[in-house]
Amino acid sequence: MDIFIQVVYFLVAVLFILGLKKMSSPVTATGGIVWAGIGMVAASLVAFFEPGVFEYTSNVVLIVIAIVVGSGVAYITAKKVQMTDMPQMIAIYNGMGGGAAAAIAAVELVKMSSGHNAGGAHELSTTAQVLAVIGALIGAVSFSGSAIAFAKLQGIMKKTFRLPMHMVLNLGLFALTLVAGAIIAFDSNPSIQLVLIFFVMALAFGVLFTTPIGGADMPVVISLFNAFTGLAVAFEGFVLGNAAMIIAGTVVGSAGTLLTQLMAKAMNRPISNILFASFGSDGGDAAEEDIEGSMKEIQGVDAAIMMAYAEKVIIVPGYGMAVAQAQHKVSELTKLLEARGVKVMFAIHPVAGRMPGHMNVLLAEAGIDYDKILDLDEVNPEFPTADVALVIGANDVVNPVARSNPDSPIYGMPILDADMAKNCIVIKRGKGSGFSGIENHLFYADNTRMLYGDGQKAVGELISGIKEL
Amino acid sequence: MIEISGFTALYIFMLSAFTGYEVISRVPVILHTPMMSGSNFIHGIVLVGAIVVMGGAESGLEQAIGFIAVALAAGNAVGGYVATVRMLEMFNPKDKKGEA
Repeated sequence: MDIFIQVVYFLVAVLFILGLKKMSSPVTATGGIVWAGIGMVAASLVAFFEPGVFEYTSNVVLIVIAIVVGSGVAYITAKKVQMTDMPQMIAIYNGMGGGAAAAIAAVELVKMSSGHNAGGAHELSTTAQVLAVIGALIGAVSFSGSAIAFAKLQGIMKKTFRLPMHMVLNLGLFALTLVAGAIIAFDSNPSIQLVLIFFVMALAFGVLFTTPIGGADMPVVISLFNAFTGLAVAFEGFVLGNAAMIIAGTVVGSAGTLLTQLMAKAMNRPISNILFASFGSDGGDAAEEDIEGSMKEIQGVDAAIMMAYAEKVIIVPGYGMAVAQAQHKVSELTKLLEARGVKVMFAIHPVAGRMPGHMNVLLAEAGIDYDKILDLDEVNPEFPTADVALVIGANDVVNPVARSNPDSPIYGMPILDADMAKNCIVIKRGKGSGFSGIENHLFYADNTRMLYGDGQKAVGELISGIKEL
Repeated sequence: MIEISGFTALYIFMLSAFTGYEVISRVPVILHTPMMSGSNFIHGIVLVGAIVVMGGAESGLEQAIGFIAVALAAGNAVGGYVATVRMLEMFNPKDKKGEA
């Protein structure tokens, strides 16, 4: 039986890696997730036959109930959620995984403190105990941090929240958590109270770590927590002697780390700066004084004419498009323009929206071919020859101060050169500044016209304007 | 359960880390979100650990924490899977017609 279990775990690890590999191309991606899914089902079934699991029938019943409850809730929420809200759902499912890893460690530590472990199925070596504690810490931080990330993106928690001397307090808390962790890790019979305190502190650290980070930086944080959970799972996998968990967890850990780096690079800011500088809440002071010109409004009909007679239109979608659910209208607009012989392309900034690729998913949902959707590097040379750049709910990613003003907090971030187009139309809900609070000089440029209104409504006006021609 | 000694674990660790890095380094930007969701699903393997730990639970406290572990892990796996599949369907025009 033991051999059978191990063979299945081995095959599961192979399925996971091949699945991830297939997921890296749009053509094979759906097959990839199915492969990984088959692996997951097989691994979960086989887990019931691990030695000791069937020792207590009551436990098996509880396991089945827990699986039904957990997967039921997740299934319903994942089916119902709007595509635009996907990022925060990824955050919360990821947090659940982190919480599970932390809970596994908690059970092991409780077992040790109550002496159940002695002579049991797996007495922990010191190495295993240390890894259990580290995994618990990382998992707990990922759990509470992801919950905060969810709350922020869902709009439950609107403001960035900062205590006086937040950094100092947080570092102190982290140090205390480490001390508690170290005491537990090297004690063969740790006190249950200390274990409890350790978990409370780790969870609190996750909360304090995440609250000062602005919503615009959340994708990087979610990606980081994804990597965290992977690592936590790998550590607990070592504790339980489960190679499938070690492999899957580590693969996710390193893939998530790379993804986090790619995202931070796209924002041209080191990860440490994103996590600890609390940018995104108070970065506006530097650049507000020296704006030339004024915002010039345009009506939907006039904007429609401008686009209808253009040769080349580049659409720059941002989070505003996602919020307004305007992607289907944008798709309709694209088809209308193309029917008139206008060349339409989409410019996607790596951090547009709340996740890398978030915009691509939405545009794909609306039926826009992905060969029309261009990356920053591909599309920037196109702007100077474009007649119209239509910015829908994007702000910081088209702000020219990133090129011109060294004092600006976003200086040096690669941006989409929408200001280089002959005309720029910006669809925007109101006159306020963007998520980062930085004034956008593009809105004041001579060739920019503002079309105020909700994304869906404004694009609707453009569509009816073009139809009337 | 097989015994995994420290150094074997370290080798597994190192090779898996390189594998993860290599696999994701060739992902086009358009697939980053589905990819993050997909890797999120894969660490749902924590469910296996949760089942094993819950199976061996002996006190009420252990059962309670174990229960939470299994429920959370199942949520991670199922939520991650459904979210990923839904996102990837968007990239597949054929599936889309079937849905509509």
